[in-house]
Amino acid sequence: MNKKLLNLNRHTFIPHPSSLIPLLIVAVVLLYGVLYPNLYVLYAASALEGGGRFSLLGLFEVLSRRAVLEAAATSVGLSFLTVLFCALVGIPLAFLFERYHFPARRMFAALAALPLVLPPLVGTVAFIFLCGESGILARAVQWAFGLQRAPWSLRGWTAILLFHTYTMYPFFYVLTGAGLRRIDAGLSEAARSLGARPARVLFRVVLPQLAPSLIAAALLTFMTSMASFSAPLLFGGEVRPLTLEIYSARQRGDVQTALGETVLLALLSLCALIFFQRYEGTRRFAAAALKGAVKRRQTLARGRGRVLAIVCGTLFTIILMLPVATLVLVSFASEGKWTTQALPPAYTLSNYARIFAEPHRLEVIFNSLLMSGLAAIAALLWSFCATAVVIGKRESVWRRAVSLLILIPWALPGTVVAVSIAEAYGGPNALTGSFVLVGTFWILPVIYFLRFMPLVVRAVQASVEQMDASLEEAAGSLGASWWRRFVRVRLPLVWPGALAGTLLAFVIALGEYVASVLVFVPRNRPISIAIAAELRDFNLGTAAAYGVLLMLMIAVSMILAARLERSTQS
Amino acid sequence: MAFLSLQNISRHFGATPAVADLSLEVERGEFFGLLGPSGCGKTTTLRMIAGLETPDTGLILLDGANITHLSPERRGFGMVFQNYALFPHLNVFENVAFGLRARRLPSTEVKERVESALSLVQLPGYGRRRIEELSGGQQQRVAIARAISIEPALLLFDEPLSNLDVALREETREELRELVARLKLTAVYVTHDQEEAFALCDRISLMNKGRIMQTAAPRELYEHPSQRFVATFLGRNNLIEARRLSASHETRARFFTIDGGHTLEVPVRRSELAPINRNCTLSIRPEHLSISKATSMKETVIEETHAVNANILSATVRAINFNGSTTTVKLDAGGLALEALVLELDELEVGDACTVCLPPERINIIGSENRDEGGGMRDE
Repeated sequence: MNKKLLNLNRHTFIPHPSSLIPLLIVAVVLLYGVLYPNLYVLYAASALEGGGRFSLLGLFEVLSRRAVLEAAATSVGLSFLTVLFCALVGIPLAFLFERYHFPARRMFAALAALPLVLPPLVGTVAFIFLCGESGILARAVQWAFGLQRAPWSLRGWTAILLFHTYTMYPFFYVLTGAGLRRIDAGLSEAARSLGARPARVLFRVVLPQLAPSLIAAALLTFMTSMASFSAPLLFGGEVRPLTLEIYSARQRGDVQTALGETVLLALLSLCALIFFQRYEGTRRFAAAALKGAVKRRQTLARGRGRVLAIVCGTLFTIILMLPVATLVLVSFASEGKWTTQALPPAYTLSNYARIFAEPHRLEVIFNSLLMSGLAAIAALLWSFCATAVVIGKRESVWRRAVSLLILIPWALPGTVVAVSIAEAYGGPNALTGSFVLVGTFWILPVIYFLRFMPLVVRAVQASVEQMDASLEEAAGSLGASWWRRFVRVRLPLVWPGALAGTLLAFVIALGEYVASVLVFVPRNRPISIAIAAELRDFNLGTAAAYGVLLMLMIAVSMILAARLERSTQS
Repeated sequence: MAFLSLQNISRHFGATPAVADLSLEVERGEFFGLLGPSGCGKTTTLRMIAGLETPDTGLILLDGANITHLSPERRGFGMVFQNYALFPHLNVFENVAFGLRARRLPSTEVKERVESALSLVQLPGYGRRRIEELSGGQQQRVAIARAISIEPALLLFDEPLSNLDVALREETREELRELVARLKLTAVYVTHDQEEAFALCDRISLMNKGRIMQTAAPRELYEHPSQRFVATFLGRNNLIEARRLSASHETRARFFTIDGGHTLEVPVRRSELAPINRNCTLSIRPEHLSISKATSMKETVIEETHAVNANILSATVRAINFNGSTTTVKLDAGGLALEALVLELDELEVGDACTVCLPPERINIIGSENRDEGGGMRDE
């Protein structure tokens, strides 16, 4: 009992009574960044029609339109199907790589998580180059069979689902793998010794224990799919989910519809979050008697199993790498010379040269680096404030409320975050005075910060919680002041994890498109907007070159993050 | 005036009282122990002395000055944590130097004091080692060196030896005692291990459920427990419910046992512990009981010593447990259950009749139940 009480009382220190600054910062950011914009959107969506009066009628009118309801149904249906397909790909893959040992397993396993860091827009573009009507695959088939027209078109449900599965199955793959690693292999052995056949062991012993991992994966996939924008925009065709509808309503200038749909999308996302978390709570298993838990990997040393595994692994890796390889290939294609051939006939560096030679093309790269860097650094500093407030002596309602508010921008689709900030800070009003954010350079860094700071908070919080609380107490008893404890003890111990989280946020912000497309101005055009623009102007090579540059920057950051993580483990 | 004084300290965690109305005093140069089962509030008490917790009510005085709300870094106490809490990102030298650097001492003095602290704990030349290169025992020494390097006014120990194996624990215990005595430090030592507390401490407060049960020197605590809890927590004990007879003498009283109805003679050190005609509890350690076979005892002992020693009861052997060097014999003395610890069994077997002797000077009066037992009580 004593130990339990002590655990509740961890981290007595960092929130020093006299240092109210973190608390103030947290309050201001959450009030102005999360609470106010979201409540404003709710208010504005309800109030517009009735001449500014608050009434829910305006909102209901928008929400009862057939197009809006269809879009909502499309979003939800698409997300459910995405979860299903991702599970079908990700779970077996995790079993293959976690349970069996075969040559090159480690390489395959590492590559399988790759699509997680591929920016959706870049992925979409690569997909068009690979499987589109005039993509490499279609042309190859057309050439091989001497067809008059393209053998297929990359449009509609199939296209979106294919793309979603490609980019989102890693959620299932990574989390199932982690879950499998936690499971005690002794339990399966016990079940086998009791006479259960392998299938029975799988369904009665292994899968129930995996449930928390699977639910977490389903949640992530569902939320990501709800927020998906690039794929429906570029090859959705008739399939128009809410994100796309909000975008086109804003393009049309139909603010009221856009606001109503934003509210609807936000509500659906939050409902999904609550639903999955509820369910997750009922499915947690206490890990009983983990002492001497065995993890065993079956070695496929010979025979058909081994060959099959290697073939599957290789095939899978090729499929995985194809879109990326296509992008690299197209980035070197000489534009104008590539017409109907399957592969580009001539190669050149001119696409890259064009980016580096023309200032307005090079500028977007600097813009993205600058804005993502600003947002990431701000998120890092803010995370230390936030954890100082969230991790405290005792559980309290306030702490939980702060944690929840921090999570909201992550749970909401990027479209919703962008629309709410754009609407709330689009003109002078009572709460913010004459402060107008829309139309300035700062709107994108602010939105990047809001969207990706939950990732950094989670990383910092996890690192702080892993840290032994008595270290700071020891520093205190040795006479170290609040600041000295922070700089000499907490910071050096938390630093690697925090930096890895910051790099992840930075990487995701670099390729951000969904929110950027709604609010960018000429002065802060990021790479993603440039890619979309080049694509629209049929500068395919330049678009691909931008994509390759973006992936290179991301790869460098991720390698750095992995290094950091390894340095903490040693 | 005591050096450290806790006055009516209380601390709640939610609705659970961890420490309730606790008072104790530690003299300068004393090695003071807080002993008790887990969850008794001893660690919370130590953390309040260190300033890591703030009491809800009550005062903490150091040399007469109120330090109740003083932050830990301004108290200047050294603390040795259960898990040592050594900074993993700093080497041995920097760990020991941490408190000195926080005091902004010149680097030559830091070096000097770190080296002297390391040689005090017999780790000279270990300064450049990394923490994870050290064994558990060595880490423990570094933690002690770090705590004494700041020349603490008070040295606090939170179960510092509990992570060491038995042999190392006993060795370190001796060294710790010697070190604290040599540096003339005042120490407060928290442990759940009574043997450790007995070996180290000048005085011990035995705690239970957030309260101090008894504060006394180890031998006093063991031989004259003033509470049932103290009597049973420290080693094994026979508890005998009894009533003091009205015919009792002022200092040598006669008690009537509730079970078995025997009459026992007990010297009374403090008369208020056992009011006449009121129920109270007597205790006697199993090792202080002597037993012998019924026949021999009857003939030789009883006949001759009956006048001086009335505390001889006839009993039946219920069970015999062999412990190695000793043997535990469970007895039934006409309804009174007793346990004796003997070196020689005297050919007794289960079911045998025997006589058991309870030497009067070994019997302790715990006093009547429900008596409020404050802290800081010491028999003179």
